[in-house]
Amino acid sequence: MVQLALPANSRVQPGRRHPAPAGAARPREFAVYRWSGVPGEPPRLDTFTIDLADCGPMVLDALIKIKAEVDSTLTFRRSCREGICGSCAMNIDGNNTLACTKAIEDISGTVKIYPLPHMQVIKDLVVDFSTFWAQYESIEPWLKTYTPAPAKERRQSPAERERLDGLYECILCACCSTSCPSYWWNGDRYLGPAALLQAYRWLADSRDEATAERLEELEDPFKLYRCHTIMNCTNTCPKGLNPAKAIAEIKKLIVEKHL
Amino acid sequence: MADLERPLSPHLQIYRWHLTMALSILHRATGLVLAAGLLLLTWWLTALARGPEAFAIVRTAIDNPLGGLVLFAFTLAVFYHMANGVRHLVWDLGIGLGKEEAYRSGLFVLSFAGVATLLLWIAILAFGGGPR
Repeated sequence: MVQLALPANSRVQPGRRHPAPAGAARPREFAVYRWSGVPGEPPRLDTFTIDLADCGPMVLDALIKIKAEVDSTLTFRRSCREGICGSCAMNIDGNNTLACTKAIEDISGTVKIYPLPHMQVIKDLVVDFSTFWAQYESIEPWLKTYTPAPAKERRQSPAERERLDGLYECILCACCSTSCPSYWWNGDRYLGPAALLQAYRWLADSRDEATAERLEELEDPFKLYRCHTIMNCTNTCPKGLNPAKAIAEIKKLIVEKHL
Repeated sequence: MADLERPLSPHLQIYRWHLTMALSILHRATGLVLAAGLLLLTWWLTALARGPEAFAIVRTAIDNPLGGLVLFAFTLAVFYHMANGVRHLVWDLGIGLGKEEAYRSGLFVLSFAGVATLLLWIAILAFGGGPR
């Protein structure tokens, strides 16, 4: 349901201030959402001023520097540092993106860093993806076939393969789903742009033989039709993909099915 | 469950507004305005059917600067909701869903609503209608 304000236990309090190190050549302020993980303690916004002259170019570099040099309790997910694992997805400067591919110099003023929006916080920038993964699993993201397997392989022409471009690149970072107001208000029942783009990835696969049952499963006022083309998903995708378009294609397939 | 004790991360409070996001909520808001305007229109029509006295009451309510402003806002909502509704229909055909396209069509819809409303009111005033 739509709940515009945050629950009482989730309101962000002012936090600690960590000043710039002495003689910093290029000081820059980072405001970072913190939650200790201790029930009852309110989340807070800590401010760290670090020297960019001694820091890598990306927001993730700054977070790693803060964790290494200022506050080792700062908690966030990260792995590949090159935009392919999707672990460091967070809200930076008001948009969801990957900390490892977001350049600090592209942000003006204080760099504000929050966890992905409208999610249960486990600690600091780490949120609970249980529902998100369950939704991904629910679209059965694997090849489903009913014809006997050919001797060698299920073949696909270059043109058929091309239809998967813009879909297979999704790294499931959850930036899109957690940018979507519909997903904020109905995230328990609406599948969200990430799971729906993945659903379309299998609908668009020429080798998949379960199109009819996949569509039947998706045809639901909540699972699919909570998408109101707000376009936050497409605007925010750090991989430049277009979940809104994929969802529109699913809706079209369902209309065509009924014609 | 432990989940209940966990904070919910900020959402609307921190998310940067995009044009498409703003236009989307504006579509809902103008939809509400249209529903309210329909009541006004119904009132006007039933008064018209009931006779001169009933109609005079409606005239008194509408024929003043505030009433004019309400009608102006209503026509603006009509034109915006109509143009943006067409934008949604085009989207449902799978067309215009690129980032730049959606932004441009949004700007177009806004300009259309503004220009169409102004032209309509110029016409209304020029042909002697409107509040007097």
